Amino acid sequence: MKVSYFPGCTLKNKAKELDKYSYLCAEKLGVTLEEIEEWQCCGGVFSTAKDEIASKLSSVRALKAAKSKEQPLITVCSGCHNVIKQTNYVMQNDKEFADKVNKYMAEEEAYNGEAEVYNYLELLRDVVGFDKVKEAVTNPLGGKKIAAYYGCLLLRPNSVMKMDDPENPKIMEDLISAMGAEPVIYANRNECCGGYIALEDPKAAEKRSNDIIRNAKAMGAEMIITACPLCKYNLVKNGADIPVVYFTELLAEALGVKEEKDGE
Amino acid sequence: MENKYLKDDIIRSSGVNPKKCMKCGKCTATCPSFDEMEYHPHQFVYMVESGDIEPLLESESLYKCLSCFACVDRCPRGVEPAKLVEAVKLSVIRQKNSNRLKADDVVKYLDEDIPQQAIVSAFRKYSK
Ligand code: SF4
Ligand code: SF4
Repeated sequence: MKVSYFPGCTLKNKAKELDKYSYLCAEKLGVTLEEIEEWQCCGGVFSTAKDEIASKLSSVRALKAAKSKEQPLITVCSGCHNVIKQTNYVMQNDKEFADKVNKYMAEEEAYNGEAEVYNYLELLRDVVGFDKVKEAVTNPLGGKKIAAYYGCLLLRPNSVMKMDDPENPKIMEDLISAMGAEPVIYANRNECCGGYIALEDPKAAEKRSNDIIRNAKAMGAEMIITACPLCKYNLVKNGADIPVVYFTELLAEALGVKEEKDGE
Repeated sequence: MENKYLKDDIIRSSGVNPKKCMKCGKCTATCPSFDEMEYHPHQFVYMVESGDIEPLLESESLYKCLSCFACVDRCPRGVEPAKLVEAVKLSVIRQKNSNRLKADDVVKYLDEDIPQQAIVSAFRKYSK
């Protein structure tokens, strides 16, 4: 099966592993990611203001590209996913807003939220199926205790994201189980790491991130997985002394498609 | 902008109806930036509703919201305070020369690991 893929700016730069292993794992599971042409940065964070039009156009263009190929649009990064999914939602549900956007892009075909947006985790759960993922695992992770870190962007606002129960999610825990590891449940897994505040108020991000690391470790975690480059940055920067790894990288290891690097 | 217009503008741009708020404080209790904010999410709601908007315009609290949407999901009345914080902040940074973050300043915040996502997000939140 072929799907449209929106990598986003960070996956082409600081988070190359997230991108590379997304391709490798999908291929092994029978899904081809087709990167949409000439995508532009989603802007990183969704503005909820009804009169913020221009900043949403790059997401609308990505959605239109997927629609024209009659494919679902797959994101990996939590940030891109949140922005694009929220944009799609307002294009579906806020007619006044959608009209303004379509007027802005008058030379193009109108768009009203027809494309479907899935995060890579949803692709694994709903399209491939975790049972199939489990069957494809060649290097089970030996019961390692792994904490899923959702952060905020994958789950909220729940009325839009609809990925999982926002207060007791299990999509990443189910993936962890499918890879042969043991999921660690901890209270802070869906609280914010501080996000972009790391740039101008690193102390604030440090407090948020420390809470998450401490909580995950107290519940026995030996590793944390995430889908978000900014979450990873904040956790690592603020003293995580257990590995913080992109979920696609770990999946690549379990699926036996991660080539062994020197010294590893 | 005169206060009445500013209030109308903020309400229109956010789509929030502050009258729905029952002042339970859940939004504030769940806000990860609680310690960094002088005005908390429930105060944004109350102060916009009562037209006491000036202090918010001057407040650092505008730049401490993380867009984590915890207050949006956990408000029992569907008020969505984060949308109000965003609209008040936009009413400030949309004015001339009011960008919080300037391109020249960014350099001093960077380290070699910082992801692009942090930089584009900060610009989206702090500048027009
Ligand atoms: S949680 Fe909702 S109802 Fe309660 S104080 Fe906050 S905005 Fe008002
Ligand atoms: S969205 Fe902003 S105001 Fe609301 S809980 Fe998160 S940081 Fe606080």
